[in-house]
Amino acid sequence: MNFSGEAPVDEAIAVRDLVVERGGRRVLHGISAAVPRGVVTGLLGPSGSGKTTLLRAVVGVQVVGAGSVTVLGRPAGSAELRRRVGYVTQAPSVYADLTVRENARYFAALHGRSRAEADRAVAEVGLGPAAGQLVGALSGGQRSRASLACALVGEPELLVLDEPTVGQDPVLRAELWARFHAMAAAGTTLLVSSHVMDEAARCDRLLLIREGRLIADDTPDAVRAAAGTDDLDEAFLRLIRAGAAGREAS
Amino acid sequence: MNPRILAATTGRILRQLRHDRRTVALLVVVPSALLTLVHSMYVDQPAPPGQPSTFDRVALVMLGFFPFVIMFLVTSIAMLRERTTGTLERLLTTPLGKLDLLFGYGLAFGLAAVVQAVVASVVAYGVFGLQTAGHSALVVMIAALNAVLAVALGLFCSAFARTEFQAVQFMPVVVVPQLLLCGLFVPRGEMAGWLQAVSDVLPLSYAVEALQEVGAHAEPTGTMWRDVAVVAGAAALALVLAAATLRRRSG
Repeated sequence: MNFSGEAPVDEAIAVRDLVVERGGRRVLHGISAAVPRGVVTGLLGPSGSGKTTLLRAVVGVQVVGAGSVTVLGRPAGSAELRRRVGYVTQAPSVYADLTVRENARYFAALHGRSRAEADRAVAEVGLGPAAGQLVGALSGGQRSRASLACALVGEPELLVLDEPTVGQDPVLRAELWARFHAMAAAGTTLLVSSHVMDEAARCDRLLLIREGRLIADDTPDAVRAAAGTDDLDEAFLRLIRAGAAGREAS
Repeated sequence: MNPRILAATTGRILRQLRHDRRTVALLVVVPSALLTLVHSMYVDQPAPPGQPSTFDRVALVMLGFFPFVIMFLVTSIAMLRERTTGTLERLLTTPLGKLDLLFGYGLAFGLAAVVQAVVASVVAYGVFGLQTAGHSALVVMIAALNAVLAVALGLFCSAFARTEFQAVQFMPVVVVPQLLLCGLFVPRGEMAGWLQAVSDVLPLSYAVEALQEVGAHAEPTGTMWRDVAVVAGAAALALVLAAATLRRRSG
């Protein structure tokens, strides 16, 4: 973690002492974390740990209690970031009464991209054969890929994905992860949340979060080494126990 | 506002409408069916001496009222869907401006209202022999303006509804008082003072007065243009209020 205060140029996201309350309950308890540029960072934690709230703060749609979130060198939610950051919510937010192609072309137009680029984004998520179908008629997994296509089409510098692989079949899931790494190799920064630990191993860096607190911010290998186990699931458990013991001792 | 984004948004809303064939059919057919009903009700009523026939009086107001009530409902539900399905929040993380979205709805449903008003006018004038001193194009223009006003009110009211049940309940709250007090049932001049005062601040009263001016005068009158300006101003005000309800950040 970077507590020194300066913002290195290779940081895509810098979160400092972020506190968020939702519905009178504190969801994030002063989180500080950094997300480097051009890699896939996984945000992992159980359901209800505050993952979505943290992602919402990064894209600037979350009312923040205290602390700061800097994205691509600007305060999160700045007007200029709206063309540089893509966000895919957990529940697919696309128009059910439009076809996949029409959805992608609309979001393409918002970002000043062509129809051909929209069609390419649809093909990239494996929905080429279903491009002419209404989104409302698709399966849950197809719907979330349609939603993903609408974010890819803007070719954002930072792509924030909230549980993008839920409900996808294993082959497609592997393809999506390959796609994420190809994008990172081309310079895109990805922040991907998941509650499935087997996806943690696919990330270049990990942010482990539980009950609104950050437990680890490191590479998967370093997390394994710190916990003294090769199994990331087990490593997560050990870090939680160590953290709880540490808090009781202090 | 950005012309490219506004055009894309208007097109997107019209495309959504086009996929819903039943709604399109209802939008086009229902006003004509209701005009048929009104005509059957009043066809045998004698006209008061020196006055337009009762059918002419009622049908003219109905031509302005249909787009108002229908577009208010359609917009309230459409915007509520944008809020509940997360598309609104997503749109607000893109380069789209709030006014692009609001004017997109105004343009899309305004165009739908023009189609609706043309069909209803063809039926009213052509089939049922509606007679107005002024040109029927003015009637269509005022009907479309009413639709834009209704869209603006619908966009604003949808912010106060969490469910579709609630959104529908705004119809009797927003629309019915305006219909009761617009001068169709009791001429505005014959209302009690306080009712007149309420009627004076309701935009539909001006739309109805404008239609009555078209009914009574061969050329557009100053009163008609003033009424049209009042309705347009009310629509602009409602759009500004609606813009204020769109928050990029929420709890």
